[in-house]
Amino acid sequence: MNKILIIGEHEGGKLNASIAKCVKCAQAIPDGEITVLVLAADSAAVAGQAAAIAGVAKVLRVDHPANAHALAAVLAPQIAAVAAPFTHVFGPSTTFGKDLMPRVAALLNAPQLSDIMAAESATRFRRPTYAGNAIVTLEVAPGSKIVATVRSASFEAAAAGGSAPIELVTPGAEIPTHTRFISVTAAKNDRPDLQSARKVVSGGRALGSAENFKIIAGLADKIGAAVGASRAAVDAGYAPNELQVGQTGKIIAPELYMAFGISGAIQHLTGIKDARTIVAINKDPEAPIFEVADLGLVGDLFVVIPEIEALIGR
Amino acid sequence: MKKLLVGIKRVVDYNVRIKVKADGSGVMLEGVKMSINPFDEIALEEALRIKERGQADEVIVATIGPADCQQQLRTALAMGADRAILVQSTGSIEPLTGARVFLELIKREQPFAVILGKQAIDDDNNQTGQMIAGLWGRPQATFASKIVLTDTLATVTREVDAGLETLEVDLPAVFTADLRLNEPRYVKLPEIMKAKKKPLDMLAITDLGIELQDRMRLVKAEPPAARQKGIVVKSTAELVAALKQKGLL
Repeated sequence: MNKILIIGEHEGGKLNASIAKCVKCAQAIPDGEITVLVLAADSAAVAGQAAAIAGVAKVLRVDHPANAHALAAVLAPQIAAVAAPFTHVFGPSTTFGKDLMPRVAALLNAPQLSDIMAAESATRFRRPTYAGNAIVTLEVAPGSKIVATVRSASFEAAAAGGSAPIELVTPGAEIPTHTRFISVTAAKNDRPDLQSARKVVSGGRALGSAENFKIIAGLADKIGAAVGASRAAVDAGYAPNELQVGQTGKIIAPELYMAFGISGAIQHLTGIKDARTIVAINKDPEAPIFEVADLGLVGDLFVVIPEIEALIGR
Repeated sequence: MKKLLVGIKRVVDYNVRIKVKADGSGVMLEGVKMSINPFDEIALEEALRIKERGQADEVIVATIGPADCQQQLRTALAMGADRAILVQSTGSIEPLTGARVFLELIKREQPFAVILGKQAIDDDNNQTGQMIAGLWGRPQATFASKIVLTDTLATVTREVDAGLETLEVDLPAVFTADLRLNEPRYVKLPEIMKAKKKPLDMLAITDLGIELQDRMRLVKAEPPAARQKGIVVKSTAELVAALKQKGLL
């Protein structure tokens, strides 16, 4: 039997939406039993949310004051201790999972597969390399645990309606004090979260300034979309880093992605190729973004955006 | 002596258009331009700036791979690293093996910090720095966009999904560089000449007592599924009509 442990990322008392996708991925492993592990200062509420995901057999929760903030160096030894009876340890391919899971793998002396797109068996997985330009299928040799991060954009969320039992455990691992949380700053707004939004309006270098970038946010608010940005726009300071979409930013799969003034560097396209419908508006008819766009319009975004807003009457 | 250890990887250059081999055995590497992984270049630049501020005495750059990697190490020396170490290995190295090699180098060199890029742009694994920190039992501050050092501490700003996170870690520690940590310098010709005289040590991976593990076998590599080319509309009205028809607006 395959026993899969999924690390339940959470923030502000809410289980991250990527965890239901990790469950979906793990369900493809034959003869598998799925356990979600939640580590927090007080994990009760989040554990309850994990237990409600269909397909989860059990939830393990660990309470410790040191777990008030998700620090890889603090969480990894606790996870490694809990992981002993498991065959697979999965986490989401968010910055939380990317930071944490390799440290867990090192403690377990296990190989890690990053960003898995599919589990073809208990030991065979598909993942992107070279910014998504080469998809590889890898077979892991038997004899060790398998650690992986799961690429959210490749999976639907597992359904709700589960009622898994919840068990409080004490890993008994030594918790280091050499790493301390100071602060996190994020622009607060009421927009949908970029990672899970159904619609995303995104801007690139052509916006020209942080002031001009507000036109992107304006349209996003009118159609209920999240805001994204190209690396060029973030590097130029027009948009904050957490809005970056692409190989080293967020990989997203919205139903609608509208790219304004984004040329479409390969590293950006990596982040959006699972979008259902890609719309590109660019002054340059030769921009590579048009190669992947379902709907393209050659034009000046500063003219087109007001026109769209007028036509939808908002 | 306060040492900084920087890990770099030789990868297919950022600007090369990647082609998957027809037989599915991997990516075309013959005759392709190779460079230092861009994130590792940022890591090296950060180390050089730390030294230039007087907070380190020596910058050591290290890589694992075939003899050809000397080229990238020479570039790193030309950028300003003081000496280089090539741990020679011809086969593929899984990240955990790479981390074990670095742990051995750490034991030999006793650096106060190890800096690497957050990921290599070939395998996109994003693992090695975290694994080094895990094996070493020391702090990690990954995806760094700002590193401020004192004698015993580092305050690091990290690019995370929520925004910017700040951590304080005790030294020694491992840092991995994100894109906006700095902009690497250009190498000037006289520096390339000077770099030829800088020390570059070569040793075999087996000299370090590391057992090679290859627990992940490539079954096949394939190009990604291509998206259907879409249509270009003539006007905003046409665009909005098409999106309304799809129920998206």
